[in-house]
Amino acid sequence: MASGSGFSRRAVLAGLGVGTAGLVAGPLAGRQARAADKAVVGFIYVGTANDYGYNQAHAEGAAAVRKMQGVTVLEQARVPETVAVQNTMDGMINLDGASILFPTSFGYFDPFVLRLAKSKPKVQFLHAGGLWKEGEPLNAHSYFGFISQAVYTAGIVAGHMSKTKKLGFVAAKPIPQVLRNINAFTLGAQSVDPSISTTVVFTGDWFLPVREAEAANSLADQGADVLTCHVDSPKVVMETAEKRGIFCTGYHTNQAVLAPKAYLTGAEWNWTGLYPRLVGDLIAGKTLPNMIRGGFREGFVRNSAYNAIVPEAARKQADGVRAQFMAGNFAVFKGPLKDNKGNTVIGAGTTVDEFDLVLEQMNYLVAGVIGSTS
Amino acid sequence: MSGIGWWGVPVAVLAGAIRVSTPFLFVSLGELVTEKSGRVNLGLEGTLVMGAMSGFAIAWLTGSPWLGVLAAALVGALLGVLHAAICSLPRVNPIAVGIAMMLFGTGLAFYLGKPFIEPKAPELPALDLGFWSTSPAIRSALRVNALFFIGVALAPALVSMLRNSGTGLVLRMVGDSEDAARAMGYSPRLVRLAATAFGGAMAGIGGSFLSLYYPGSWNEGLSSGQGITAVALVIFARWNPMGCLWASLLFGGAGALGPALQAIGVTGFYHLFNALPYMVTLLIMIVSCSPDRTLAGAPGELSITR
Repeated sequence: MASGSGFSRRAVLAGLGVGTAGLVAGPLAGRQARAADKAVVGFIYVGTANDYGYNQAHAEGAAAVRKMQGVTVLEQARVPETVAVQNTMDGMINLDGASILFPTSFGYFDPFVLRLAKSKPKVQFLHAGGLWKEGEPLNAHSYFGFISQAVYTAGIVAGHMSKTKKLGFVAAKPIPQVLRNINAFTLGAQSVDPSISTTVVFTGDWFLPVREAEAANSLADQGADVLTCHVDSPKVVMETAEKRGIFCTGYHTNQAVLAPKAYLTGAEWNWTGLYPRLVGDLIAGKTLPNMIRGGFREGFVRNSAYNAIVPEAARKQADGVRAQFMAGNFAVFKGPLKDNKGNTVIGAGTTVDEFDLVLEQMNYLVAGVIGSTS
Repeated sequence: MSGIGWWGVPVAVLAGAIRVSTPFLFVSLGELVTEKSGRVNLGLEGTLVMGAMSGFAIAWLTGSPWLGVLAAALVGALLGVLHAAICSLPRVNPIAVGIAMMLFGTGLAFYLGKPFIEPKAPELPALDLGFWSTSPAIRSALRVNALFFIGVALAPALVSMLRNSGTGLVLRMVGDSEDAARAMGYSPRLVRLAATAFGGAMAGIGGSFLSLYYPGSWNEGLSSGQGITAVALVIFARWNPMGCLWASLLFGGAGALGPALQAIGVTGFYHLFNALPYMVTLLIMIVSCSPDRTLAGAPGELSITR
């Protein structure tokens, strides 16, 4: 794992590197790339790389890239979404000869990735978040997975396992991505039993362990018997579900070891599948699209293995829907769909394609969700 | 059995008061003793985080959560001694040292704590006071950790110590008038060293509660400012140990209100409810402040009130 403590040294060296590069310009960068390597790939995380969450999912992807022949992987964890990330990327490029960078946090893109992409046209930037817009540098790419598909299938399992017909969702903030997951989870469960409701607790930020524990306990107190979450590290929610003797479904990566009895399945990023593919394509000289998105079908997301207690009927239904996702003929969001205030958000007969940008602007919670977006 | 409806709110507030208050209680009682000696240690946030990390690490390595608590107390005391030692040098500003110690403590804990993010340490034992109830909500709320009882017992013990014992008298004297203490033959430096070490040890124990019981794992975002909040609670509590107890319970309970209201379906204004503990503090501070006098109960030598 990369060490957070190395940051200041790297920042200083990066500063020196930039200075020198200014003087010697081109030749230096060329000389620094390790001769035997096909590529040096840098990964940058906003938090700890073993947080059982968002960052660990990326670090697992980096570990898969590390196994590729002739590829050197650099990692740096706990890099804040400030100019620090620009210095880190600069250091990786100038000092370590990185030609492919994975800045994996949402807030890294604008302005830091964009700024550096302009000044380093030979380096490929692959940013996690799906933010690239027309007119921005062509060597900057932004990718994102439709994890709501995997949340939907986890919702099916939750729907089968819930006895109280109440599910609990601990969420950080009411932004479109989070709302999409809450809705997908609810719709998945309602496909089993339409009377199921999901209660949402927004904690207000991405990483507040004590408040997440309070939220999970409050939901359990209100009778929710399957919990899930969309926060940076699902650890606390999973462990609380285990302690309270109820079920949970995971998020970001596999948390089964944290809650062996409670953990039913989970929605995971499949970065271990995607990253070697993207790096392989770049080494082979292919041009990647600037906006890279996909779900089950494109291999961007997956589900955790089922807990042994998940019954056959639940597995069969979830597997069936997943197969339909793979075949590309299933949509999570289709009409008639009402929000929890009674407004029709998708008309009857309309199916919203997963790639449709209208889903990226989701600002409602579907009927059956107890919670509010503001 | 499906939920307890509106009863969930008082139950959650009660549970929160018990579960969330413990770190506040330990840190604020420790800081109170330090401040009674006439010194502010703002570094307790760092001490709390170091305590959480070292407590977790030792508990995991030895398999005993109580050894973890002991280690956290020792580490906290060491950090306290360091703070006091630096502050006893001439012309050193204790506030600045405190801020430096805060950054030092958190930074060191993050650095040393890397290998301990993944493992699971044994949990501190809790008493099942809700055994009489069939409701899982009440049973969970009344699972009370042993450290909470220790903290609650400590508050009146400190009141009595400060009021009735020789140690308490010396401590208050050093805090109120350095000259008087010197005239009596006591070394303010040594008394403050001991008081700051005690404060550090308490903050370390408070930290170990976070990592060993609730939420019960070591991670870098574990504290999210609880140490510094607890330092503010001492002023809020007017340097009275019982005040620290009530303030900590209030803070813990108010913190549980936001999630509990959302869980029963009161969904609006959750940012406001989440900010409630801070608003309550602010309100009480505004209502009780006066431009004409220093805060009642404040030690005379305390540099923030001079």
